[in-house]
Amino acid sequence: MNAGATPLERLLARRSFIELSARERAREILDPGSFRELLGPFDRLHSPWLEMQNIVPQEDDGVVIAKGRIDGQPAVVMAIEGAFQGGSMGEVAGAKITCALDLALKDNELGTPTRPVLVLETGGVRLQEANLGLAAIAEIQAAIVALRRYVPVVGVIAGMVGCFGGMSLAAGLCSALIATRQARLGMNGPEVIEQEAGIEELDAADRRLVWSLIGGGQRHAVGLVDELVDDDAAAIAGAVRAAFVRGLPARHRSEQVALFLDRLAAVDPAEKLNGPALRVLWGKGGSNG
Amino acid sequence: MAEAETTISRGLIWLRALTGGEGTVAGGPASVRYAEAPLGDGPACFLAVVPDAGGRFPRARHGEVGLLEAWTLAKLVGDVVAADEGRVRRPIVAVVDVRGQAYGRLEELLGIHQACAAAVDAYASARLAGHPLIALLVGRAMSGAFLAHGYQANRILALEDPGVLVHAMGKQAAARVTRRSVAELEELGNTVLPMSYDIRNLSRLGLVHRLISGIDPGVPSAADVARVATELAVAVAEVRAGGGGLDLRLENDAARKTRAASLEVRRRMAEQWAGDGAGA
Repeated sequence: MNAGATPLERLLARRSFIELSARERAREILDPGSFRELLGPFDRLHSPWLEMQNIVPQEDDGVVIAKGRIDGQPAVVMAIEGAFQGGSMGEVAGAKITCALDLALKDNELGTPTRPVLVLETGGVRLQEANLGLAAIAEIQAAIVALRRYVPVVGVIAGMVGCFGGMSLAAGLCSALIATRQARLGMNGPEVIEQEAGIEELDAADRRLVWSLIGGGQRHAVGLVDELVDDDAAAIAGAVRAAFVRGLPARHRSEQVALFLDRLAAVDPAEKLNGPALRVLWGKGGSNG
Repeated sequence: MAEAETTISRGLIWLRALTGGEGTVAGGPASVRYAEAPLGDGPACFLAVVPDAGGRFPRARHGEVGLLEAWTLAKLVGDVVAADEGRVRRPIVAVVDVRGQAYGRLEELLGIHQACAAAVDAYASARLAGHPLIALLVGRAMSGAFLAHGYQANRILALEDPGVLVHAMGKQAAARVTRRSVAELEELGNTVLPMSYDIRNLSRLGLVHRLISGIDPGVPSAADVARVATELAVAVAEVRAGGGGLDLRLENDAARKTRAASLEVRRRMAEQWAGDGAGA
């Protein structure tokens, strides 16, 4: 970013990342000219289960796998398309991500430090492929844990779908997590909680409330997201690069068990805790390092 | 109260049966049980998540995997990995009867996704470190709760019983979301295998390593327990002889038929992977 620009000039120069398709997002993250898609739409690998339920499949099953370079180093971006079936994980979508992670692992084991980036825009399991979606997510998680022993696995949650269900656990396994204020990160979506626990537990239509609990800004403030960035393609690509420059954290967030058990002990479940109160209670911390 | 009427959980029944103990953890929540006991020709570690009507977090009192449960699983599994550093790594058995993750506003605020990620991390790391990791499904294995407790296993063993269910969403909720009746949903599962709640159909997807039939899951006899323990010991021996990954889930006859699309993705992506300018 041009340091001499005024705030207005910077604002006008922004290019929204949220508005981009998964394919365009992958292109923005990779070095210019290095994008090469694997198993793209012309390979016609779509879900075998959706047609059986009278749902039109998509020829990439809503996941874009793109190889290329990041700061000149080999890289692979795995970007989920939130516009197809809510970014949900079915058999093929999930297998594409697992295979890309596994191949990146093989590269790293053989001395090629391929850099993995997940662009997470997903409601979790695709309900029409229920058990294979769940199995695929377990396999993605296994692959992330195996790969991040070698190289940071960087996650980006831009919005507006957000990252939910089993894939929120995948986000929780990432070495570095980058989000915008428009993003949401949670295990059970607000609608699911309202349905399961009642509207008095959570009014899913109250957007301000939802974002105060699970929005990118809140998650960053309590140490569940590492970098909060503007909805700007250049800023997000820059944050991804910076994450690889920082390298592996001393301990991943998902390994900080004692810290989070202490944090839970400090919470009184009888109190109706809200987002701002948690920021005071937990403060910043628990982030990597 | 509803929870007072709940019968003893299958998770607790089987933890007791396989270890001879209650597995209560000093300083931990009563909902997470851990016990060590012999299995085959060596010691093993067993974990279960069970109901606790007095639990600190109200939405995790009925056998759900909540915040405390998930972080505690992570701690206990991590402790096993640390304790076995530099010696024979003991098998870890996740006894699975979990009705789901805890659904609640407080749970989301406090990052239940991160808690469950920590449990996944601990189990996956234990497997990668060389602990044979076995999931024994004795009851429900629902959604994110199963991801956090059991789904990272080298081998999944399941009792063949209508009460043993694996799914991404409860039947009632899934019926609502997909605008079907529960009966229609059950019927659909017979043609669209991944939609099924029936453990035999999960086995047809190649995800269950061994279905164990003829066992009473609620009141197992001594012979039942001995049979299950033998199956566990066999699975451990197989894992010791093989690798630490999850490849077996795809490399079996059932998966070759029903997960052909996954295998096709794997084959073709490997073909396309190489070929960037600098040989990456």
